[in-house]
Amino acid sequence: MSSLLPWLFSAIMLGFACAVVLNRNPVASALSLVVSFLALAGLYVSLNAFFIGVIQVLVYAGAIMVLFLFIIMLLDLKAEERRTLNTTATLGGLLVAAIFVCELFSVLRHFHKGSLPFPPLAAGPLDDVRGVGTMLFSNYNLPFQVIGALILVATVGVVVLSKRELK
Amino acid sequence: MNLNDYLAVSGLLFAIGFAGVMLRRNIIIIFMCLELMLNAANLSLVAFSRFHVSAAGLPDYNGQMLVFFIITVAAAEVAVGLAVIVSLYRARRTTHVEDITSMKF
Repeated sequence: MSSLLPWLFSAIMLGFACAVVLNRNPVASALSLVVSFLALAGLYVSLNAFFIGVIQVLVYAGAIMVLFLFIIMLLDLKAEERRTLNTTATLGGLLVAAIFVCELFSVLRHFHKGSLPFPPLAAGPLDDVRGVGTMLFSNYNLPFQVIGALILVATVGVVVLSKRELK
Repeated sequence: MNLNDYLAVSGLLFAIGFAGVMLRRNIIIIFMCLELMLNAANLSLVAFSRFHVSAAGLPDYNGQMLVFFIITVAAAEVAVGLAVIVSLYRARRTTHVEDITSMKF
């Protein structure tokens, strides 16, 4: 992959993430989030994580965001009117985010191993799905089954929460 | 791009998500910004997985397993969270966090 494409995907991802925060219309925010997730899938592919990139598109940009859009349409949310911003929360949030970014960059400047290029992978096609699948069903077999139970519990919980006569 | 660039991008994405959680008052937008923060963590995990190449010339799949599990748990979390938001909307007719103050000290 060309060395310019990851930067392009990063710029798209960060720009549309800002659009998620700044848009007043929830539907526009959700669609910006879809674009941001698709660009993130491109970044995963640029890191040779093809399987993760595919499930990012299928699960996040597909299933999860459709669920978000469905709920936004169901609740019929209008673009929110301009409310007076809570200045303490706004200033505090921006300040903590800025401090986090400054700290991150100062740490990264002293992490010299990270500024070397990535070590080369083995030549030939990368058996990505085989590697992930082998590890999933051998080393991570127990967490995989626990995740299955978790999804079952979440499904039952959603059904219980959606019952109308909940008191 | 090297590892530091990916980590910087991931940190910026996390900071944007955090600022969104603090700035926005609509509970669904706050939920979307939480998803942004989860994805920032995923990006740094995949970057470290590519950085730590094994002797056979394969990326370290342990990091990608963790990303796989995070995505699965996030899917379950979104389903339950949106169900909670819908029942909250049914009870209170609002999705603004400032209108929901019964647990405020």
